[in-house]
Amino acid sequence: MLNQSLMQQGAALRAKTISSVELTQTYLDRIATHNPVFNAYLTVDAKISLAQAAAADALLANGQAQPLTGIPFAQKDIFCAKGWRTTCGSKMLADFIAPYDAHVISQFNRAGAVNLGKTNMDEFAMGSSNETSYFGPVRNPWQQQSVPGGSSGGSACAVAARLCAAATGTDTGGSIRQPAALCGITGIKPTYGTVSRYGMIAFASSLDQAGPMARSAEDCALMLNVMTGFDERDSTSLQRDKEDYSRDLNKPLAGLRIGLPKEFFAEGLNADVGKAIAAAIAEYRKLGATVVEISLPNTKLSIPVYYVLAPAEASSNLSRFDGVRYGYRAPEYTDLADMYEKSRSQGFGEEVKRRIMIGTYVLSHGYYDAYYLQAQKIRRLIAQDFTDAFKQCDVIMGPTSPSTAFNLGEKGDDPVQMYLSDIYTIAVNLAGLPGMSIPAGFGDNNMPVGLQIIGNYFDEARMLNVAHQYQRATDWHSRAPQGF
Amino acid sequence: MSWEIVIGLEVHTQLSTHTKIFSGASTTYGAEPNTQADAVSIALPGVLPVLNKGAVERAIKFGLAVGAHIAPRSVFARKNYFYPDLPKGYQISQFDLPVVGQGALTIQVEPLSGNAKPYEKVVRITRAHLEEDAGKSVHGASQGMTGVDLNRAGTPLLEIVSEPDMCSAAEAVAYAKTLHSLVRWIGISDGNMQEGSFRCDVNVSVRRPGAPLGTRREIKNLNSFKYMQQAIDYEVQWQIDTIENGGKIQQATILFNPDTGETRAMRSKEDAHDYRYFPDPDLLPLDITPDMLEQVRATLPELPEARRARYVNELGLSAYDANSLTSSREMADFFDACVNTVSNAKLCANWLIGELSAQINRDGLDMAHCPVSPQQLSGMLIRIADNTLSNSGAKEVFRTLWATGGEADAIIEAKGLKQVSDSGAIEALVDEILLANADKVAEYRSGKDKLFGFFVGLAMKASKGKANPAQLNEALLKKLAG
Repeated sequence: MLNQSLMQQGAALRAKTISSVELTQTYLDRIATHNPVFNAYLTVDAKISLAQAAAADALLANGQAQPLTGIPFAQKDIFCAKGWRTTCGSKMLADFIAPYDAHVISQFNRAGAVNLGKTNMDEFAMGSSNETSYFGPVRNPWQQQSVPGGSSGGSACAVAARLCAAATGTDTGGSIRQPAALCGITGIKPTYGTVSRYGMIAFASSLDQAGPMARSAEDCALMLNVMTGFDERDSTSLQRDKEDYSRDLNKPLAGLRIGLPKEFFAEGLNADVGKAIAAAIAEYRKLGATVVEISLPNTKLSIPVYYVLAPAEASSNLSRFDGVRYGYRAPEYTDLADMYEKSRSQGFGEEVKRRIMIGTYVLSHGYYDAYYLQAQKIRRLIAQDFTDAFKQCDVIMGPTSPSTAFNLGEKGDDPVQMYLSDIYTIAVNLAGLPGMSIPAGFGDNNMPVGLQIIGNYFDEARMLNVAHQYQRATDWHSRAPQGF
Repeated sequence: MSWEIVIGLEVHTQLSTHTKIFSGASTTYGAEPNTQADAVSIALPGVLPVLNKGAVERAIKFGLAVGAHIAPRSVFARKNYFYPDLPKGYQISQFDLPVVGQGALTIQVEPLSGNAKPYEKVVRITRAHLEEDAGKSVHGASQGMTGVDLNRAGTPLLEIVSEPDMCSAAEAVAYAKTLHSLVRWIGISDGNMQEGSFRCDVNVSVRRPGAPLGTRREIKNLNSFKYMQQAIDYEVQWQIDTIENGGKIQQATILFNPDTGETRAMRSKEDAHDYRYFPDPDLLPLDITPDMLEQVRATLPELPEARRARYVNELGLSAYDANSLTSSREMADFFDACVNTVSNAKLCANWLIGELSAQINRDGLDMAHCPVSPQQLSGMLIRIADNTLSNSGAKEVFRTLWATGGEADAIIEAKGLKQVSDSGAIEALVDEILLANADKVAEYRSGKDKLFGFFVGLAMKASKGKANPAQLNEALLKKLAG
């Protein structure tokens, strides 16, 4: 059951081979066993989950089931879920019980899915290793001393360790794709505006996008069917017709043009990752694809651009955490300014404070033009690079991350080294494009390697098709870490 | 050596939408604290703003009314600062790309002193932009603590910025009053100053004639025209005194205390915030299409300036009358309704500006709540115009209309107020009186002119006050002359 696809689990539930309550309990038991070590979940509430499962069983019994009805999903703790503690990985919200559902949560609820719990993450999604979580790091199921990646590290770990059927993540600069790569799972960040951000705690509003994290492209397609759609509560949500993301899964790949950006295979890429990616490309040739070298000349600027724009937005987005209305407030203070200072100094972790400082600086009078405006200009150039590239190819491929999972604590002292682990993913967010990561073998240390697939705007169905055909030809995605 | 005063205004007008500018929470004034604070108003984690189209329409309407350029694309920006009544830690406003660009407002200035004559002046409007209001800090809400009421947070405001075109308190007040009347006239704001729907910040500086602009100080949050005038007068004198005593003006934000009539500094330029404005990534740029513009234009009523001109040019009213009648749209509409049936514009104007306005003021009402309708008043005005009513009779009819309602003709009938204008009847009456007072007639004819009043009094009495005074005079003069 644990290794079945969402479609298989759904079929078993509808055939009454297993009930949602039984399936949910199975996962709850596994969480109880493994979570003390892996720390993938921050909050589990068996009572709520089992009640949802019982309600799903009633729908299943009535024949009112939808494809995901009764299936237990893990939700990244960045999504507000009514009645659930929603921490965003921060001390600031350690005791915050959300009074409303994020759009993503209500979409899963409407589909009859079960919320299995809230997963660990880097604090306010700022990090690439899950080490900035106030609630401690998550361990990688493939190797306990390794990081799972971040910021959606808890979700990636939970999927890889079969502690849920699938999970949600969010991706601002690679936070779905990088942990998916490091944990050997499949994750997709859709086109900006495809999934409503309503109720998703904002990090960098112009870059944040939610998406599915699962064991296969097929599963991701089913989840996207539920998660996407116009939401009038998010002004950046796109008004488009509802799509069936599974529709093209089985199309043959003959004639597919794959663009390989030369900048993604240059200095900085670990040899073992490069080797696995080359093998994956060879597999695609076998499936009928052709390969063309392309150039994305401005991607080298994506990290500096990102580390101006994302902190700028974050410094403002995080201003609401002031200790006045909800969240952490320092126990002692002398006056209003002191209350702000102490609450925010004590409530935020180091990485969050670092980014608030950067963001405040780049928006300040006298620096705005040189940093923020300049970064916005380069952002447009980066997007233009992709537009030009897609004239020559249908999808772009390359490594998701320059290395496989690194060790816990390895990059803790050097934020820039940490930032570089997102070097291939960030440009996609800056351009607003869809990007995904799929398992493509293992590196020298037997840790998973992720192949990144970048599509043109709204090309998710094609990307899922491209990923699915590879997953039919290979079995990397169905490998499980030892003991799971 | 004389001084020149330079004044510019920033006015915050609350727009009359039922819901907030970025959420569906109600904007009704006076509710229990925080009962109108929804998830967006209290800035819960994860909530997002959605722009209220009604606020945009009102902003466009204003722009069109002052002949301004409406930006085809404007941008919402975040103004970042910390304060307990600012739940997000930033205010959503418009910064470098406002929805309304340059426009102008013509004002009628009545100088406050001396024998100076009223004059007209055009004040340039720099821009007007949409933004959200903050909440309210309630100091000492409980046990010495400060409470926060977020009912007002997110209420739509249009901030209207003028050029520093005004040179006296009188001009500043005239501008503020004209603007106040205009926003109500076009229906974008209730303009209620007590409830804070129309708040003025006044920038004041002084200089020697021909010198460059002096350093300005900004008087914040004036919500009465009277205070505005007092505050400017005090501030101007303070600045002149300071400079003449060898001091320098420091840029500052100041408050006016109506109890003492003085201004005092709230914060100096050194404590000025760096608001770190940047475009709000949660909101798309605001695009206004030519279609939208035309739709709004179609809802625009005839503007006060146009109506003023019509009253002078077409109805032959004086500028003073035209100004008074266009002081509010209710007044002007009332007047138009009367003129439509009565056609004697001057008569209508006199009654509206005179008796009706006085009665409204006496009862502490406003035009919108006038108990006498234009139809009722017109019914009476027609009877004045056709000589059925004398002036005193008309006043009585008006008092009755005001107190108990009804219809002028019925009141005239019931109270017997119909004026006698039949010349035969009047002449008969006069003959009778002269016959009965032959001795007095003789005295009059021998030169005692003063007795004319005596005859008028007798005749009026005999007619029970109903004789048309002009006709009566004429008949008496004729018959007494013999």
